[in-house]
Amino acid sequence: MPSKPAGTLYRGREGMWSWVAHRITGVGIFLFLLVHVLDTALVRVSPEAYNEVIGTYKNPIVGLLEVGLVAAILFHAFNGIRLILVDFWAKGPRYQRQLMIGVGVIWVVLFVPFVIRHLTHVFGG
Amino acid sequence: MSEIAAPRSSSRSRSLKGGGRNRSGQTNFELYSWLFMRLSGLALVVLVLGHLFVNLMLGGGITALDFGFVAGKWANPLWQVWDLLMLWLAMLHGTNGLRTIINDYAEKDQTRFWLKALLITAAIVIVVLGTLVIFTFDPCLDPSSTLSVCK
Repeated sequence: MPSKPAGTLYRGREGMWSWVAHRITGVGIFLFLLVHVLDTALVRVSPEAYNEVIGTYKNPIVGLLEVGLVAAILFHAFNGIRLILVDFWAKGPRYQRQLMIGVGVIWVVLFVPFVIRHLTHVFGG
Repeated sequence: MSEIAAPRSSSRSRSLKGGGRNRSGQTNFELYSWLFMRLSGLALVVLVLGHLFVNLMLGGGITALDFGFVAGKWANPLWQVWDLLMLWLAMLHGTNGLRTIINDYAEKDQTRFWLKALLITAAIVIVVLGTLVIFTFDPCLDPSSTLSVCK
């Protein structure tokens, strides 16, 4: 095994892991999007066909998967904005740590109310 | 970009203007692709989060989703345009993202070619299908529809 390079600013640190997470969430969201266009296309077939498939979105297991999907989307969205700021805002790279914290804060602020509301719907409150 | 005369270079524009090639003889495709990811990403934050808010947070959320819900939404041209834009931008953004990932991880030329062929085929099918669905949607397929167009 080659020894770990010393003093790297990127490798193994939050910058690298947010890049990895951006890729994984991106692929996951894309795969869902393909399925989601196909299920929505059933509105062209019949109301019954569409209602039946959309019914599966309301079952508790799929409801929990939707929580995961929204978690991924929120991360990908705000991490993407962080990337844009690092690329285009002159002070972006200097404040990269604060931007990372900002992504986490916005994620929590939007995700928590969503989970409460969505799970209330799914588990019938 | 400044225009510094380079040996053996043509007099064609080397600036950001479309279709041209830069000094090293490559097109600016990857530059446009990089820029597109940022611009479409920004638009998608609004489009997708708005979509999630209206469909999952307002009213009955997921429990209220059915054919009638879609018909009600698409009776409004704003939501037709919204969904069409979201479909196209999300598919282009996602397809371009996957293209980058394939380029990064598939090492054999053959593997890269076939993975990208599959990706582009899937993307075209989904974009065409989704576009047709938005433009040809018939709310009156539902006999109990209360929309005025169906009476």
